[in-house]
Amino acid sequence: MMLDQYATEYAAARARRPSDEPAALARTRDEALDRFMALGFPTTRDEEWRFTSVAPIADQAFALAAPDTDARHAGILPFRFGDAFSAELVFVNGQYAPALSTVPALPAGAQVGSLAAYIAGHASGVEGHLAQVASFDRRAFVALNTALFADGAYIQIPAHAVLDKPIHVAFISTGAANGRPAMSHPRVLVVLGDNSQASIVETYAGQAGTRYFTNVVTEAVLGSHAVLDHYRLQHESRGAYHVGAMCVNAGRSANCASHSISLGGALVRNDVLAVLAGEGVECTLNGLYLADGRRFVDNHTTIDHAMPHCGSREIYKGILADRARGVFNGKIIVRPDAQKTDAKQTNRALLLSEDAQVNSKPELEIFANDVKCTHGAAVGQLDEDAVFYLRSRGLGLTEARHMLIHAFLGDVLHRMPLVPIRHGVEAVLERQLAQALAAAA
Amino acid sequence: MLTVRNLHARVAGRDILKGIDLSVRFGEVHAIMGPNGSGKSTLARVLAGHPEYEVTAGEVTFEGEDLLAMDPETRARVGVFMAFQYPVEIPGVNNAYFLKTALNTVRKHRGKEELDAMEFLTLVRERMKQLDMDEAFLNRPVNEGFSGGEKKRNEIFQMAVLEPRLAVLDETDSGLDIDALRVVADGVNAMRSADRAFLVVTHYQRLLTYIVPDVVHVLSEGRIVRSGDKSLALELEDKGYGWLEEPVGKP
Ligand SMILES: Nc1ncnc2c1ncn2[C@@H]1O[C@H](COP(=O)(O)OP(=O)(O)OP(=O)(O)O)[C@@H](O)[C@H]1O
Ligand SMILES: [Mg+2]
Repeated sequence: MMLDQYATEYAAARARRPSDEPAALARTRDEALDRFMALGFPTTRDEEWRFTSVAPIADQAFALAAPDTDARHAGILPFRFGDAFSAELVFVNGQYAPALSTVPALPAGAQVGSLAAYIAGHASGVEGHLAQVASFDRRAFVALNTALFADGAYIQIPAHAVLDKPIHVAFISTGAANGRPAMSHPRVLVVLGDNSQASIVETYAGQAGTRYFTNVVTEAVLGSHAVLDHYRLQHESRGAYHVGAMCVNAGRSANCASHSISLGGALVRNDVLAVLAGEGVECTLNGLYLADGRRFVDNHTTIDHAMPHCGSREIYKGILADRARGVFNGKIIVRPDAQKTDAKQTNRALLLSEDAQVNSKPELEIFANDVKCTHGAAVGQLDEDAVFYLRSRGLGLTEARHMLIHAFLGDVLHRMPLVPIRHGVEAVLERQLAQALAAAA
Repeated sequence: MLTVRNLHARVAGRDILKGIDLSVRFGEVHAIMGPNGSGKSTLARVLAGHPEYEVTAGEVTFEGEDLLAMDPETRARVGVFMAFQYPVEIPGVNNAYFLKTALNTVRKHRGKEELDAMEFLTLVRERMKQLDMDEAFLNRPVNEGFSGGEKKRNEIFQMAVLEPRLAVLDETDSGLDIDALRVVADGVNAMRSADRAFLVVTHYQRLLTYIVPDVVHVLSEGRIVRSGDKSLALELEDKGYGWLEEPVGKP
């Protein structure tokens, strides 16, 4: 019965849609809505959602927010990068806020801006790639996003172009819409031409203390030898629900890095799906999550080795305090053609309290014989002997624990090449850890 | 400077220290010997403030202050240092970074200026040279992958940098070959001074020929059963601990 509200919201959104939205997209959206209505929200009977109940999302009536581009909302962002970045696109409740955004001159042929505007302008990259990488056939949240997204970012870099500074795409949620908790379904499409290169940072943030629902889908298509360094910094309000999918299709010899940093939200589910569709792709999946209180964070990753000679390096590290719960599921598929695959997965979690919990599972599906595939998982507490050792040299208890937690996260942080992001993440982590450690003391 | 009176301590539900009395003055070196499991490390850990060890009776004053009331970091800051029998490996924490943080915390507490990166480097280079240590150690994670001997040397190195008032060395000699032992002993001797004292826990007379103690105590089953001068150590080397089994003055 709660699903009906989505049909109602959809009908209203459909009526509001610009008349120049291409007919093909309108059809895709209708199909997506039908698919969502047929699938419904996943339940814990669904293997992909075994440990994660989305009932808190399914049971609430969220409303699509009306455009609201009050400049003060920019204050919600944990950081803006100014000159260190090229374009900065800011969205409020899923709607583009040009007044808060800056788009300076970019390499010739590059297209960076509001996805809705590029859709209206019938940009060929959009028509060729939108909804092609993120399939919604078996993914209810992707279907819902496809039906309902109002706007998001479109980033198209032509062949051989190199962006010397990163692009920042920031999504701000203000919390409420028409007296109901708001929902937004941001969509990001990244198309990198052959031999091109870009660094992209997505930030998600919301008004502190508010409850809302963000359901984002990012699609990235990498041409041959393209290089993408992608960051998703999830810093939602502690009361928010965040479901995000990052779907990549990487062409021959492309180099793709995804850094998923998940610090906020009450209930969070991140899916990263990388299809290594050409020979010689190098793929890095880097993940870092922190949850305290009663927050819940689920990371599902899939690396699909479809072609030979691809390498993937995956490290996910999490810190769970209080009664927080974490889920990690890392699937690696090696298709029959993908000989000489070299895949390595590590996932570790640090529990700062006895009541914190994590369920983690590697899933290797290997159909080729000449491959190297390793995985390691570990869950543990802070080493109390090490804490004492540091204290016995004069470091305070909190300082000692901080130092050890940083050491634990060290390799993940160091695998983030963008220094301003790394420092930003460290600063936010510092604040949140101080809170979590104070609560634990 | 250090007075221990009737100290009782327990760990994991077992009473280990059963009434230790000890008085150490500035400038002195006291050796603590005794069979395995007699409580030597327990005494060292209790002095350093290990949270697992519970003091059930007695008192410890350090320079007139109640040492037992301080948390471990405060003890370190006021000048108590323990060289661990088994130093912990701490992956991911850089030795130099850790030691600089520790040194500056301690200096701040003692009202001294913090050292900047260059001053710190100058200091640690000098100390490493004294201890014949490779500078590469600085950039390795704390104790990770160090050999037994390297770990012990690293403890003495930390001591030399932190300049404590009271240093408790828990079997710093075990795992060292004779050359390393000499280097470590020289390092300790170089630090002997009128405003510093040492408690040296060891099984062997060997170390005490290099670090000559003022007083030797024998610990057995959680009590000091005999105290004497350095000749006591020689006697123990000859006769073992058996002849001490019936301590004088046992109630
Ligand atoms: N953390 C602990 N948990 C349980 N038992 C302990 C612990 N620490 C010490 N003990 C016990 O206390 C007793 C004394 O141990 P301690 O390490 O103080 O002896 P020691 O004199 O240093 O011995 P060694 O010469 O072997 O180093 C031993 O029986 C030991 O098993
Ligand atoms: Mg011992």
